[in-house]
Amino acid sequence: MDLAIPSIDIASLGPELILSIAAILVLMVSVFLPKERKDPACYLSLLGILFALASSVTLWGKPKYAFNNMIYVDNFGLFFNMVVLITAGIAILMSINYLKEEGMSHGEFFALILFATVGMMFMAIGSNLITIFLGLETMSISIYVLAGFLRERDRSNESALKYLLLGAFSSAFLLYGIAFIYGATGTTDLKGISVFLSEATYLNDPMLLAGTGLLLVGFGFKIAAVPFHMWTPDVYEGAPTSVTAFMSVGVKAAAFAAFVRVFSYSLWNLQPDWVLLMWILAVLTMTLGNIAAIAQTNIKRMLAYSSIAHAGYIMVGMVASSELGISSILFYMLAYAFMNLGAFGVIIVFERKGEKNLDIEDYSGMGFKYPALALLMSIFLFSLAGIPPTAGFVGKFYIFGAAVKEGYIWLAIIGVMNSLVSVYYYLRVTVVMYMNEPVKEFTGITWSPSMVIALIIAVIGTLLIGILPSPYLDLAKQSILLMM
Amino acid sequence: MPIDYIPILAFLIFALMFAVGTIAMSSIVGTKKTTPEKMMPYECGVDPIGSARRRFPVKFFIIAVLFIIFDIEAVFLYPWAVIFKDLKVFGFIEMGIFILILFVGLIYAWKKGALEWE
Amino acid sequence: MVPISYYLILSAVLFTIGVIGVLVRRNAIIIFMCIELMLNAVNLSFVAISKHLDSLDGQIFVIFVMTVAAAEVAVGLAIIINLFRNKETINIDEVNIMKW
Repeated sequence: MDLAIPSIDIASLGPELILSIAAILVLMVSVFLPKERKDPACYLSLLGILFALASSVTLWGKPKYAFNNMIYVDNFGLFFNMVVLITAGIAILMSINYLKEEGMSHGEFFALILFATVGMMFMAIGSNLITIFLGLETMSISIYVLAGFLRERDRSNESALKYLLLGAFSSAFLLYGIAFIYGATGTTDLKGISVFLSEATYLNDPMLLAGTGLLLVGFGFKIAAVPFHMWTPDVYEGAPTSVTAFMSVGVKAAAFAAFVRVFSYSLWNLQPDWVLLMWILAVLTMTLGNIAAIAQTNIKRMLAYSSIAHAGYIMVGMVASSELGISSILFYMLAYAFMNLGAFGVIIVFERKGEKNLDIEDYSGMGFKYPALALLMSIFLFSLAGIPPTAGFVGKFYIFGAAVKEGYIWLAIIGVMNSLVSVYYYLRVTVVMYMNEPVKEFTGITWSPSMVIALIIAVIGTLLIGILPSPYLDLAKQSILLMM
Repeated sequence: MPIDYIPILAFLIFALMFAVGTIAMSSIVGTKKTTPEKMMPYECGVDPIGSARRRFPVKFFIIAVLFIIFDIEAVFLYPWAVIFKDLKVFGFIEMGIFILILFVGLIYAWKKGALEWE
Repeated sequence: MVPISYYLILSAVLFTIGVIGVLVRRNAIIIFMCIELMLNAVNLSFVAISKHLDSLDGQIFVIFVMTVAAAEVAVGLAIIINLFRNKETINIDEVNIMKW
């Protein structure tokens, strides 16, 4: 027997390989260095992210299959790669001082962030359900640990346990969906599935439909779509704040990348079957996320519900899976990364050890005491609410525009109404910051250099995309041109 | 078309009924005559001393977790071993990298003191 | 020769038992075992379909699922042990500081 050895195209896996090696090195460095010196670990991880970003840039514009069609390095995947890499970079910058204050500055934290990022990147470039599933699990398992990283703390424990149980539960559904799709089409290759479906005469095979439904459930859990969102507020509230920032953007971006690839490409022939379901999920997700956010008193919990609502807006783009719809998803994801990370960054600066200062009330009077911090928070919240001239506004504009263009006018109207509702609770924080008298003394807000860099990147991103959106929109449009 | 989903519905209902049914049946039909002898872990032999649900030192647990992690690699080694000759040097290098990554994990566990018993 | 539908039905039944277990039981370890049951039910489907279609993809998938499940168990048990050290309980009804 002569086996055909698949051609190994290491270059096309460059970013992932660099990041994996960096993660292993970080792990080794953190275990061999003396306890007090953990700085090399985080510098090394940042270096790894920079090199991976550079490697992603060099791969841009040359879409190709590699490793026996297991991955497809196209601009769409690379765009999401860059988004998660930027997210990981900013999250690491935000973590350095936060972990020191919590007394949990271990190198493993950075290694786990890098491993989770590798998983996310595989979800984005995977062109086979096996690759996507493995990426999803690499990401999820790392994040289960990260959520429980402050292991002395009850809330962190609880968050990790809830995320673990529900995450594993949901991946079992996803896996069952994959099994059904495999049974119905005879392949796990995304291209193969798409070819099979376009040639099939009978598309109402119950196995296929059940598989599609189970995949929807599995991805719905990961992107926190209603009614699979129950874990989100608890997990986001309990996890260390920098991890919450990382997972609220990174996990969502990666899950949407795989979601779009599977549904808007592979299962496109079933679009009449899933589009109505997606429509309903999008409306439910937006509405419930926004309404529940109004009632929150804890700011992390409020942002958790707001992230549910944002998942709903992005799903509007998926309902209108036209070229414009998908490129607006990409654009929105980039904008969302900067504004959400920024908002969590301000929370981290303001947070004291032992989960103090996390109530919205605690922000009273911050506008007078720390004008710079309050200004930053306002910019990020305005952007999340979708007020011009910020990135959030442009993102929403394109998403709803795409929905209208595809004829989903009601969906767009519901979306716009939801954005109006969301303005209320985002502005409430601003009002509390500028209008209320301080309820307590603000003590010892320290600006660490890494945090300053992270916040500056976030605010520049938010404003630049908001004021000059066209280059980024072109980038997003380019990304889907050569998609599969 | 909604009518096409009926087989799925039937399938789900059947699976649900069977699963609930077996659990319910075993508790309804099964006779429950408990005698002290039956409740003992072993019917013959030495009487157990104390409860079996004692807490074990966490060391056992760490060893168990390490065992799971390093045991599962055999799942990949086995298919490789079967066609080792056909894969030639390529397969050897690939597997070498795989083992190397696992070895890094072992070094990590070692340095962290997970392998020390005392 | 047992037809494939038998395997698929058995797998669906096992999966449903797992789902019911996750929803009904209150002990974190037992919930975790039920999730493993769900994963293995899916594995059964994969192997049966793989044999039926005469394609190897399904069996490769099973190998990966087993690995992933092992990693998940290791991490999951660590989280549960950590919880037990902090709270002296693994009953998930008592793990409820955060509620909406």
